[in-house]
Amino acid sequence: MPEAVRIVDEPIAGAGTVPLLAVSGLNAWYGESHILHGVDFGIAEGEVVTLLGRNGAGKTTTLKSIMGMVERRQGSIRFAGTETIGLPSNRIARSGIAFCPEERGIFASLNVKENLLLPPQVGPGGLSVDQVFELFPNLKERQASQGTKLSGGEQQMLAIGRILRTGARLLLLDEPTEGLAPVIVQQIRRTIERIKAQGFTILLVEQNFRFAATVADRHYVMENGRVVDMIPNAELESNLQKVHDYLGV
Amino acid sequence: MTEIFGVPTQALFGQLLIGLINGSFYALLSLGLAVIFGLLNIINFTHGAQYMLGAFFAYFLLNKAGLGYWWSLAIAPLASGAFGMLIERTMLKQLYKLDHLYGLLLTFGLALIIQGLFRNEYGSSGLPYPIPEELSGARNLGFMFLPNYRAWVIFASLVVCVGTWFVIERTKLGSYLRAATENPALVQAFGINVPRMITLTYGFGVGLAGLAGVMAAPIYQVSPQMGADLIIVVFAVVVIGGMGSIMGSIVTGFALGLVEGLTKVFYPEASNTVIFIIMAIVLMIKPAGLFGTQR
Ligand SMILES: Nc1ncnc2c1ncn2[C@@H]1O[C@H](COP(=O)(O)OP(=O)(O)OP(=O)(O)O)[C@@H](O)[C@H]1O
Ligand SMILES: [Mg+2]
Repeated sequence: MPEAVRIVDEPIAGAGTVPLLAVSGLNAWYGESHILHGVDFGIAEGEVVTLLGRNGAGKTTTLKSIMGMVERRQGSIRFAGTETIGLPSNRIARSGIAFCPEERGIFASLNVKENLLLPPQVGPGGLSVDQVFELFPNLKERQASQGTKLSGGEQQMLAIGRILRTGARLLLLDEPTEGLAPVIVQQIRRTIERIKAQGFTILLVEQNFRFAATVADRHYVMENGRVVDMIPNAELESNLQKVHDYLGV
Repeated sequence: MTEIFGVPTQALFGQLLIGLINGSFYALLSLGLAVIFGLLNIINFTHGAQYMLGAFFAYFLLNKAGLGYWWSLAIAPLASGAFGMLIERTMLKQLYKLDHLYGLLLTFGLALIIQGLFRNEYGSSGLPYPIPEELSGARNLGFMFLPNYRAWVIFASLVVCVGTWFVIERTKLGSYLRAATENPALVQAFGINVPRMITLTYGFGVGLAGLAGVMAAPIYQVSPQMGADLIIVVFAVVVIGGMGSIMGSIVTGFALGLVEGLTKVFYPEASNTVIFIIMAIVLMIKPAGLFGTQR
């Protein structure tokens, strides 16, 4: 057995359960540039886990690789015990993973309601449209607006809201709080807490580790296309200096 | 005899009718081009040949299988669409990662091959195709005689165009298409089989060309050259309306048909060039087209 797949189906250090998602030896390329050089980590069902790291460390590329959106990728990504590395992104989505991209990906030619209803349901347990409106009342008021006419914060709510509907068990959120006002960051934090309580599993990419510390169970640190460290949330405070060094803040 | 601006009303309405008929074909064809361009980002230069194929399908169905107009109206668009999907799966698919220019060259080359093969086999004179019995004859509208078949063409084209617009702009299926036009990678990551959607969309656009071909057969006759002549004007229509705009292609198609008809009445010398003159003016004032957005 190659070294690269050692994590698969083994208990995750610090979580003590078999992983819902197990990434091992993940390599990814954009054209000729080799971006990920053997990424290893796992997430247990029901956990909220973050990927921390400097700009360009490969966090977004990792999420896109899990989602099947990076064409050239190698290694192993097992979701709920099934290997997904060779599947096209639509099949991966149907298996129960949903992605909220860094640039939000709101469609200009669709109104708010259409944006919200676009992703098909892939499993049971998703939120109803009313529940999404309850979480984000702004969206309800602006249902008929063109998607890209919303404010940045509202677009982020829409981007998160629409994947909560799908019933996907694993949510990949790429920098959901980037550039948002503190009030809205709080709203998103409450949302993450609430969906965590409902049993969703979340992989969160964050630059803002202060925010990450309020919602996450564990943190993985990425550097130059690899996961180089794992810090349980309880130990974050005592490792602040290390985290500062990793993130260069 | 009554006159308007010194033109006999019969002649005026006659030309307007011809304009509307031409406009019906412009609209159907530019709509197909718009749908294809939106999702595939390919300017489908094979469109004229696919329109011609639709007409020939109708001709073959009648003369080889004894199946008349109404059968052709159902079968020929499906057959054209299937042929289109074959082209997409085997050839166009390879080009999506390359520059636009490759798609344009491939579809242009295909058009030349298909038209060349048919010219070789059938020469360049038109083959007759009869007007279906149910639609022969004409009705007197008081101010003019309206041939039933022509009324049907205008009606059918309007229904198909408005129906297509409705599906794309107002339904769930259409929202997938609009979203995939903007960001296909994300739509696929939501679980939609985008490659299949692209194939079906190309098939649909080509099917529209095939349908136009069947409807044209009784009016213009069936000839290998019929698409090549028409498609040049249709591309001008598309440029005027704005590449990729659904409503734009429909409205512009009908409107330019009418403009052409009116020009024939009032200044016949310009009737063949008026569309291109309008195109030049639009390109100078609003390069993205009347209904288009820059992208
Ligand atoms: N489409 C692309 N084509 C080529 N290189 C890319 C592409 N996208 C990202 N990269 C490169 O891959 C590397 C990792 O990028 P990635 O977006 O994964 O980083 P990140 O950790 O998400 O950074 P950030 O915090 O700035 O979002 C960077 O060096 C980036 O320049
Ligand atoms: Mg990123």
